[in-house]
Amino acid sequence: MHLRKCLLNRIVAKEDEKLKNKAERRLTIAKAMSEAIAQAMDADQRVLVMGEDIGKLGGVFGTTQGLLEKYGPERVRDTPISETAFIGAAVGMAASGMRPIVELMFVDFFGVCMDAIYNLAAKQSYFSGGRVKCPLVIMTSVGGGYGDAGQHSQCLYATFAHLPGMKVVIPSNAYDAKGLMTAAIRDENPTIFMFHKALQGMGWLGTEPRAITSVPQELYEVPLNKAAVVRTGRDITLVGFGVTLHHALDAAEALAVDGIEAEVIDLRALAPIDRETVRRSVAKTGRLVVVDDDYKSCGISAEIIAMVCEDPQAKLRSAPTRVTHPDIPVPFSPVMERAILPTASKVEVSARNAVRGFE
Amino acid sequence: MVKSRYFEESVKQAYLEGKQPLFNMAKGPIPGEMHLSNGQEPCAAGVCAHLRPGDFVTATHRPHHVAIAKGVDLKAMAAEIFGKMPGLSGGRGGHMHLFDPDVNFSCSGIIGQGMGPALGAAVARQMRGDEHVAISFIGEGAANQGAFHESLNLAAIWNAPVVFVIEDNSYGISVAKKDCTAIEKNSDRASAYGISGVFVPGNDPDAVYDAAGDAVSRARRGGGPSLIEVETYRLEGHFMGDAEQYRPKGEVERLMGIDPIPIYRRRLADAGVDSALLEAADARAKKNVDEAIQFARTAPAPEASDAFEKVFT
Repeated sequence: MHLRKCLLNRIVAKEDEKLKNKAERRLTIAKAMSEAIAQAMDADQRVLVMGEDIGKLGGVFGTTQGLLEKYGPERVRDTPISETAFIGAAVGMAASGMRPIVELMFVDFFGVCMDAIYNLAAKQSYFSGGRVKCPLVIMTSVGGGYGDAGQHSQCLYATFAHLPGMKVVIPSNAYDAKGLMTAAIRDENPTIFMFHKALQGMGWLGTEPRAITSVPQELYEVPLNKAAVVRTGRDITLVGFGVTLHHALDAAEALAVDGIEAEVIDLRALAPIDRETVRRSVAKTGRLVVVDDDYKSCGISAEIIAMVCEDPQAKLRSAPTRVTHPDIPVPFSPVMERAILPTASKVEVSARNAVRGFE
Repeated sequence: MVKSRYFEESVKQAYLEGKQPLFNMAKGPIPGEMHLSNGQEPCAAGVCAHLRPGDFVTATHRPHHVAIAKGVDLKAMAAEIFGKMPGLSGGRGGHMHLFDPDVNFSCSGIIGQGMGPALGAAVARQMRGDEHVAISFIGEGAANQGAFHESLNLAAIWNAPVVFVIEDNSYGISVAKKDCTAIEKNSDRASAYGISGVFVPGNDPDAVYDAAGDAVSRARRGGGPSLIEVETYRLEGHFMGDAEQYRPKGEVERLMGIDPIPIYRRRLADAGVDSALLEAADARAKKNVDEAIQFARTAPAPEASDAFEKVFT
């Protein structure tokens, strides 16, 4: 009896210790990204970082904090505002045995350098029959909601996910951010690592508390092609990613009050999309709402709905719907922007309509 | 130079099969666009004579002469141009997208695209601390691209061991250099970035060799990037099938009269090089090219399903 008690106490103490460690290790996405990059740079001399304001400033969105001090200006390179040249240069570095991480400060800026991304980086493998590798990570901020208007608030997920030869991921929380970043750095292919400004944990951008999670000290990978079922339910499937995952989770909590059990999926990977996880869930629930803060037409939301409709196993009990940004530029005025962005209550209304429609 | 010329003439012959009398780009053993380098051999030969296999080269949509001068496997390159399985990429890229990592060569169909990768490859070599360099060949039209100016600036501030070589054949498809470029010599633009800029007139392989020698050795010893503009000519159209109506009357005839290959042959003979040596070089080039073209013609085609492979590595 005494022995059991001792053992039990020890187990409890261990659990307490674990919890304490966890409590000490709650990170923002920005910190988790910085940490993954720093640890990758420790582990592999070939890893280097380039971009605008990633040196002394540590990245406008905090993605490279502390790296310049630790690794010096040769491996942490502030660049001129020349995205075509430095993303092109990163491809040449990658072809020469380095593993560059490049920051494209806002995804909106892809217009000045898309050739280097989709025509150059994304086709190195194909044009060389797989003999030239392009282990390149392009990390880029997405999303609005803070009044930055139409050239600094876009998401453009589908623009990148549409083009073959690149992997595209977006974390909804710090744990996934570190794991996805680690996997992206180790991957032999170009990866677009998107991070949503509303989740970044930078004080001046507001913070989603749910995105700040416990993060293990050691390096670990989250696969670049797997969605996660973050809440299980039988009545309806809600699909989100990045900030919209949090809208879906908030909606699921509100629905649960009335006994509607929503299953919530965090896509995490936008290319390639984990079709299996989405289809399996909808095959169970028969109902689907997709939440996407990118433009509506020809987007990720359309792809999700199409893949479900194409699935002969899907027994839909209501028409799939989507809550998205409309097909207009992102407006500046908070009155307009608040009205057009996806929200938890919009997701909730769509979900209630889907469930009610077939009762 | 003679191997490159004979290769282009052989490709031209094969390309036109099935495309006469009615020109249809999709027909014949080599479909698609075809940009031949006849006349531009001095740029490739004069620069690449200074290079080692570990030096990195990017070329343009008109890449064959540079690929041959850099030592790209001729059989695999020919097979790629014919879209065959043993081609450099198994037929996925074709003539504008030749990649041979064994000799660090690649090219691209997008104007100016290779400049960034070349400077990045140069920085990677600089960080490794070896003496390898990178060369980016571009056309004179690329000097009006943003990539040109961004890359020169970035190469200069990072002191990258890279040489940018402009093959000035005086036309961007149909538009003459003088009608679309604000200054006469793009090499003058080097001064805007604080680097060396040299113009090499006359499509002369020896002069290219000298200018490239200076630039490559400067890069190898840590002296930073350079820009070279070579005056050259293309003896063919922009692409096969080009009616070339934009050329002034008599230009083609005039250019044929200053074809660099017979001129250089005469120079070598005048310098006392034994004609038997020149004939042996010709015969060797012809044999290599004939074998490569024959290899390409008889090589197996890829499976249609191979299209789905190698999107990722």
